[in-house]
Amino acid sequence: MIKVEEKLFQNRYRVDAGRPHITIKDPQLCATGCDKKQCTVCCPAGCYTEEGNGRVVMIADGCMECGTCRIICDEHRNVEWDWPRGGFGILFKFG
Amino acid sequence: MAEKFDVIVVGAGMAGNAAAYTLAQAGLNVLQIERGETPGSKNVQGAILYADALEKIIPDFRDDAPLERHLIEQRVWILDDESYVGSNYRSEEFNREPYNRYTIIRAHFDQWFNKKARDAGALVLCETTVTNLLLDGKRVIGVATDRKGGEIYADCVILADGVNSLLAKKAGFHDEIKPRDVALAVKEIHFLPQETIESRFNIGEEEGVVIEMAGKITAGMMGTAFLYTNKESITLGIGCMLSDFKEQQVTPYQLLEKMKDHPAIRPLLAGSEMKEYAAHLIPEGGYHAMPQVYGDGWMIAGDAGMFVNGLHREGSNLAMTTGKLAAETLIELKEQGKAWNARSLARYQAKLDDSFVMKDLRKYRQAPAIFEKNPHFFTTYPELLNRAAHTLVKVDGVDKKSKERSIKSAFVEARSRLGLLGDAFKMWRAFQSR
Repeated sequence: MIKVEEKLFQNRYRVDAGRPHITIKDPQLCATGCDKKQCTVCCPAGCYTEEGNGRVVMIADGCMECGTCRIICDEHRNVEWDWPRGGFGILFKFG
Repeated sequence: MAEKFDVIVVGAGMAGNAAAYTLAQAGLNVLQIERGETPGSKNVQGAILYADALEKIIPDFRDDAPLERHLIEQRVWILDDESYVGSNYRSEEFNREPYNRYTIIRAHFDQWFNKKARDAGALVLCETTVTNLLLDGKRVIGVATDRKGGEIYADCVILADGVNSLLAKKAGFHDEIKPRDVALAVKEIHFLPQETIESRFNIGEEEGVVIEMAGKITAGMMGTAFLYTNKESITLGIGCMLSDFKEQQVTPYQLLEKMKDHPAIRPLLAGSEMKEYAAHLIPEGGYHAMPQVYGDGWMIAGDAGMFVNGLHREGSNLAMTTGKLAAETLIELKEQGKAWNARSLARYQAKLDDSFVMKDLRKYRQAPAIFEKNPHFFTTYPELLNRAAHTLVKVDGVDKKSKERSIKSAFVEARSRLGLLGDAFKMWRAFQSR
């Protein structure tokens, strides 16, 4: 199985260090209130990973700003999602 | 002192550029705001450019637009795990100018399109994210940006901010998109020498091929895949409804990897170098999922308004056309000395209804629901078709009548006689509903 990191390595980003544009609103809700954790499976950049204790960790560095995680969390609406600051985030070379 | 423009256009994609260009051409005072480093750096598309929509905005675009290849051949593949049944349409007619469809690379194309808007007089501000709409009651009076003192005013704001359409949502103009109304597509671009592409696809210099794919490749989800030839690269991708990704717990890039590993696709990519991986949502909810697209001092164009004809793989042409119509609505009203309010901007909706945009979306309004409720169109039929082809093509001493009988019984067994009839009717309804 290919690792998504190998794909993302080809992409160009300007990471806004310390200012992620996506955050999980209530981490406890992911741990105890969500069985599917579809974000950990469906994010095309693999930004979401489930920890041993059931918590979900989100690292936005490889994010391609598609919006999947926000829309797919339709039962809990637990994803705080905004655009990165102007000029930051993914910078598509080809698109 | 706060700045004020006639119109602010949010976004420099197909819709935003079409709107900004059209407005600036007519002499309106336009500010276009783009969050990317350059126009196009946040935009993702397959991508095929339909000449007609652009011709109506920039008739001589062929003189200097960055176009990859004009398309002379369309292949359609219905795939099983190890096979496909396909059809090709290739014609010299598509080799005569003016060409009808081109492959493009959006990061290059959008810079060109945006430069046209700038040359026409639009002021373009990049690396700036619009964070909110400024409202006076229900009326949009400008935008707030992430720049210092970043409030800018205008008589109308055109929201061409793409599929996520965050601004209209924050302002309460429409709700969050539902997973069933949007497809997630992932794609890659693979580089190969120009001659390799031309010999591999049986095409000459500047000629291009499109392969549209459906079937087992989407792992039972509602969706399709594609492969397009550019000048020195191939783009390929696969997209399925987000609700299906969620339901079936499929990882998008694994789906793409499996696609690339299909025995009919692998040789087309052999020796290539992958240089970018992208993901993007496509608003495919259709007619019944469309939001209100105008109000007091605002209009929505392009993907933000769900202007996509999923069945025909059309979106960028609808984006350009809606951007142009939004701009023309403002220009006309201004000439007539009318204010830009919800009542007068209803003319935008009338223009949309009168164009191919809403005519097509209306025509196919049943399609999304029909395909959603009948996943076997994406699983059972591709399998049956491939098996039937295999039975017919293989020479193995079995007489033809027996072969026909076994194909027929496979179809009946899988779907029943009544089911087959019903499926034919549903297909007809998806495409023919008026």
